[in-house]
Amino acid sequence: MPSSPLPDLVPLLPQLFLLASGLVLLVVGALRERDGASRVVAPLAVLTLLVAAAIAGVLDRTPRTLLGGHFRFDAMAAFLEVLVLVGAAASILLADTYQEDERIDRFELPLLALFAGLGMSLMVRADSLLGLYMALELQSLPLYVMAAFQRDQLRSTEAGLKYFVLGALASGMLLYGCSLVYGFTGTLAFATLAEGFGPGSAGGVPTGAVVGLVFVIAGLAFKLAAVPFHMWTPDVYEGAPTSVTAFLAAAPKVAAVGLTLRLLMGPMADWAAQWQQVVALVALASMLLGSLAGLVQSNIKRLMAYSGIANIGFALVGVAAGTREGVEAALVYMAIYLAMTLGTFGCILAMRRQGTYVERIEELAGLSTRHPLMAAGLAIFMFSLAGIPPLAGFFGKYFVFLAAVRAELTWLAVLGLLASVVGAYYYLRIVKLVYFDPPGEPFDVPTATGLRLVTALSAIAILGFVVLPGPLFEAAAGAASSLASSAVAVPGR
Amino acid sequence: MGAIPLGHYSTLAATLFTIGVFGIFLNRKNVIVILMSIELILLAVNINFVAFSVALGDLAGQVFAMFVLTVAAAEAAIGLAIVVVYFRNRGSIEVEDINLMRG
Repeated sequence: MPSSPLPDLVPLLPQLFLLASGLVLLVVGALRERDGASRVVAPLAVLTLLVAAAIAGVLDRTPRTLLGGHFRFDAMAAFLEVLVLVGAAASILLADTYQEDERIDRFELPLLALFAGLGMSLMVRADSLLGLYMALELQSLPLYVMAAFQRDQLRSTEAGLKYFVLGALASGMLLYGCSLVYGFTGTLAFATLAEGFGPGSAGGVPTGAVVGLVFVIAGLAFKLAAVPFHMWTPDVYEGAPTSVTAFLAAAPKVAAVGLTLRLLMGPMADWAAQWQQVVALVALASMLLGSLAGLVQSNIKRLMAYSGIANIGFALVGVAAGTREGVEAALVYMAIYLAMTLGTFGCILAMRRQGTYVERIEELAGLSTRHPLMAAGLAIFMFSLAGIPPLAGFFGKYFVFLAAVRAELTWLAVLGLLASVVGAYYYLRIVKLVYFDPPGEPFDVPTATGLRLVTALSAIAILGFVVLPGPLFEAAAGAASSLASSAVAVPGR
Repeated sequence: MGAIPLGHYSTLAATLFTIGVFGIFLNRKNVIVILMSIELILLAVNINFVAFSVALGDLAGQVFAMFVLTVAAAEAAIGLAIVVVYFRNRGSIEVEDINLMRG
């Protein structure tokens, strides 16, 4: 038992701040419900998330365990926390006029996003199976509600229902896996699990624990939307309100990759030979399916779903490498992915014609003549997603493939490169539509400042990375090394 | 744990878990059955946790089971709410009718 009367709460400041502000905003929203509570609560929720991200960014990064060893704060947690909280804030900013137009501008929506942000910030800190599960559920439950938020629309409620059923099944599998791991190793903490799975463990790893781990990895693959657990993604992306899709596509993916890295590179680091093949196959299947199925889509939200599946595949290539270099590459990839996704959804949310939002890809034809700035932004995001040098997306892919080649997974890198070439077709088709096809009806000029701000900042981030890649790489390297030092040893190099 | 060995508990839990998973995939009738299957999965996990916890002489498993119960309650509330709003729009909760979007 700890001798000090109070646990060390300083590293928990971002979470405590998010929780307290979330509860206060809930009361504010309830009191002002009649006169547009959403217009007050949404900006405050954005501010809260940004302040929490700033706190997480300046905290002392010496590794510490928190709350009885169920969570852990280190450079990795700080790096990912800043990413997910800024991503969540940007997604709320993107949404402002869309939600008014679609009559879902209720104050609960930004608050649910805020609590999902709290869950994500805890996910990247998880240091035990209990912490992992509770953080994951705190993130997932608000997302189910958000997907079904347009409650008078069949499409949105169907998306919510599908997401809920498959999400609950994934949580069940993850939990069953946790119970097996606990039963066969006798511990929940990642640190003790590392000893159980380490090279020094007598008699090898018990089979029950291995089965349990497979269940846990399957549950995480669902949250990542990696093949073969991707079935929900296109339907949920298409059915959910676009502002919610933007939220789903951005920060939760980053948090899930962070959680996967924590589990696989923490307690499982010495066991890489066992999970490496599984993760490599999942990565390969995700890249191929995401790239091929995206070719036949006509709805831009469905296209982004397949693009997201492919992108998770690319990030998992870095995870499959199982080296510090691979972790660093996956973290850089997810940071770039966040900017590309937010920017693209900014453009999708601006696809509004005479007061109605359109989602068909053909509607973008001839965008460049009417809206040159939006066309330029969309072109930047598409070129970056396609991995055309010298944009940020190219470097993201280059470093994950480099890490895979150095970890002797050349076949994975080669096949991933082929998938990336196939996927480039659908990104470039959008650029062709925008610049070379005869223009249709013009879109309404987007008036929302939040939308324009986030889209512009994402474009600047992608272009700025080319000029000044140093800070991101340094931060990712620091994060990767803090993860490696918490493990017993790093396999490979 | 008296006369009942650990293996029996984990067999029971594995059986319940399997019934739950099959209940989700094979059920063609009703969304409520899916919600019940989800509960069944979570309760199977709880049996596992409590049995392992007693066998290991470690309280953490029972604490985990408490947390699972809490989350299961929240999950059931959200699931039922979503089913209600879906029913208002569609007028049916048959699994075969959930087909607006392909996939």
